[in-house]
Amino acid sequence: MGVKDSHFDEMFDAAGDVRPAYREYYSWLDQQDPKWLARKDAEADDSFRSTGITFNVYGEDEAEERLIPFDMVPRIISASEWRRLTKGIEQRVSALNSFLYDLYHRQEIVRAGRLPERLLRDNDAWLPNMVGFTPPGGIYTHIVGIDLVRTGPNDFFVLEDNARTPSGVSYMLENRETMMTMFPELFQSVGVESVSNYPRKLARSLAACAPAAFDSAGGSKPTVAVLTPGIYNSAYFEHAFLADQMGAELVEGSDLRVVDGRVQMRTTRGYRPIDVLYRRVDDEFLDPLTFNPDSVLGVPGIMDVYRSGGITIANAPGTGVSDDKAIYSFMPEIVEFYTGEKPLLPNVETWRCADPDSLAYVLDNLEELVVKEVHGSGGYGMLIGPTATKKDIKAFRQKLQAKPENYIAQPTLSLSTSPIFTKKGLAPRHLDLRPFVLVSPDGVDITPGGLTRVALKKGSLVVNSSQGGGTKDTWVLKE
Amino acid sequence: MLGRTANSLFWMFRYLERAENMARLLDAGLRIALTRDLEAAEAEWRSVITTAGHREAYDAIHDGYTGIQVWNFILRDKENPSSVREMFGIVRSNARAARNAISGEVWEAVNEGWMQIDAKLARPVSASQISEVVRKIRRIGTLVHGAVTNTMLRNEGFHFARAGTFIERGDSTARILDMKYYLLLPSLNYVGSSLDSGQWEQVLRSVSGERAFLWLNAGQMDASKIIEFLVLDESFPRSLAFCHGALRDHLAALARLHGSEGASNALIRDSGGLLADLKAEAIFEEGLHQFLTNFMARNASIGAAITDDYRFLS
Repeated sequence: MGVKDSHFDEMFDAAGDVRPAYREYYSWLDQQDPKWLARKDAEADDSFRSTGITFNVYGEDEAEERLIPFDMVPRIISASEWRRLTKGIEQRVSALNSFLYDLYHRQEIVRAGRLPERLLRDNDAWLPNMVGFTPPGGIYTHIVGIDLVRTGPNDFFVLEDNARTPSGVSYMLENRETMMTMFPELFQSVGVESVSNYPRKLARSLAACAPAAFDSAGGSKPTVAVLTPGIYNSAYFEHAFLADQMGAELVEGSDLRVVDGRVQMRTTRGYRPIDVLYRRVDDEFLDPLTFNPDSVLGVPGIMDVYRSGGITIANAPGTGVSDDKAIYSFMPEIVEFYTGEKPLLPNVETWRCADPDSLAYVLDNLEELVVKEVHGSGGYGMLIGPTATKKDIKAFRQKLQAKPENYIAQPTLSLSTSPIFTKKGLAPRHLDLRPFVLVSPDGVDITPGGLTRVALKKGSLVVNSSQGGGTKDTWVLKE
Repeated sequence: MLGRTANSLFWMFRYLERAENMARLLDAGLRIALTRDLEAAEAEWRSVITTAGHREAYDAIHDGYTGIQVWNFILRDKENPSSVREMFGIVRSNARAARNAISGEVWEAVNEGWMQIDAKLARPVSASQISEVVRKIRRIGTLVHGAVTNTMLRNEGFHFARAGTFIERGDSTARILDMKYYLLLPSLNYVGSSLDSGQWEQVLRSVSGERAFLWLNAGQMDASKIIEFLVLDESFPRSLAFCHGALRDHLAALARLHGSEGASNALIRDSGGLLADLKAEAIFEEGLHQFLTNFMARNASIGAAITDDYRFLS
């Protein structure tokens, strides 16, 4: 069974033959009764519902909790492909961390004329409070998600860096659990790298960045807590899941206060200090005394405690500066500046609309391009030229002309496809890949796998779960 | 453990118990209504809605007391902010908030239970469905408690969960008895006489104790036996003495884990002292209504003391 398509397909080559990484899986799949598979597909949904792996959607009266659709055909990456990817990711994440350190210290990259100073000034995520301060362990981005897309056999591109608060890792873990429950025999015949120790590695890498105030006397371990905005947050499931798996407390702003120069949580035994806070609350809401005064999600005074070495905040405040899409367009220069090497993983070609020549090109080619807001995320506020209506394009053109520096544009990539399971059999759909990276003073660790997001609509290029995308289990094959 | 998490566990189990008790109350009402004529059935349903504590809210929108109106009001009506459907929602959101303090199996039992109940109660419950719905609610409680027993660490979270269960259960049994206390009054003059067995069957059924009682008392019903059973019998898991005995043990365990006793430990000791060596006759002398009112007040003050002792709120 071949799938003929002009896009690069992960499972089938142009002749319709199964690619090597998928051979063992495919020969298994080929032997299964389609009716049995369809039953399994329904079972998967039930299992996600029972486990409560849901995300919350706002602005709709009904179904405030939704499932992210799960496709049971795995995305498979060969050992050699993965080796190449990890080298590129490691290089990029190291550069990101050096870049953030530099931005908040001497700004060598600006002095060297390699990055316009304007990009910091115009960047909402830039935090003057962080200037001159070095986070514990020297780490800014403890947890990073690098979004990759593929267009050909050897053509992987970085689409986005998520250094602020990447989410989705719980889906990587639960998708694997679900696959192992549904198809245990499959994991006996195909050698797949395990992802299950991610929470332990996360706990270890967070604990490795204890603040100066942490007292290790008596062999005690740093107290780690996960800060969540609460049960109505769209990613609450993930916050609870990670806290549970790490054996950490799951705290909300109302549980915390500053006592004796430490951030402390209200336990049934009284207030107890927290050493490392894995926060899933944006910078803006972290400290009402420093940032948004109306925030009830954060802790008044936490920034003072942080700066005086009383707590580690992961990821470090101000890290979001590098998620900005205008900064993204400079990533090749950034990687080279800090590592002295050519980037192993290329960027997608990007036009900065702030630049008049680029703007002119973008305005002339709107029908062909993807235009994104510089500070946007989640697939909101973007224009996909080839699928947009004339009216959409006209409206977007006006926005673009009014504030060109707010936008970047990229070619519409021919994203790779991989088959999903449908009632009518396998059907190719576009996808991307978000590997999860942990950074600690001991080095960079990349979990073999990640989150594969897949567009469920035929031809669609938008894979975001907020826009109806689904997920797949992601396999990295053993050597 | 966080004070907020302890609070979530405590209320999660209070509401689970409350929802289950509502199901028991309906079960008893159904049984009696089936065996009586229409007029007597109406009186039964009125008594069910009163015991459930919903009389005022119910009377505001209904004229009479029919089974179908009463059970739909208790189970799901939008006009009833403490319907069983709402209670299950509260159980589940507390379980979500305390997700990392309960085991995966407890969470799944709660989450699946909530999904089933929420779907069942999305539409009015007909006479042909009510028995099944009531059975389902009870079964979910049983599943959750079973998962707790089998999979939860015996740490503070376990004891907060159990404390919530027994505070709520003690309150519920006392409330049910209090609604019917007047039935016992005439019997004071006729000690040993046979009571209105139908009414008493309902009370016993409301606490799932009719079989146990008859078994213990060889089928005989009399006032002091019933009081002994529901108030003082330490082997019956819904009696006041049992609830406060269990509460004492869990609060003692919490004090041990925390290294010191709080106001809640002193209060439960006092309550245990009051119940120990008590005879049914003494309760009648004090006045059953007075006795139950005092019990409920003590029970509530223990709940408040737990909230303070373990920093649930501040």
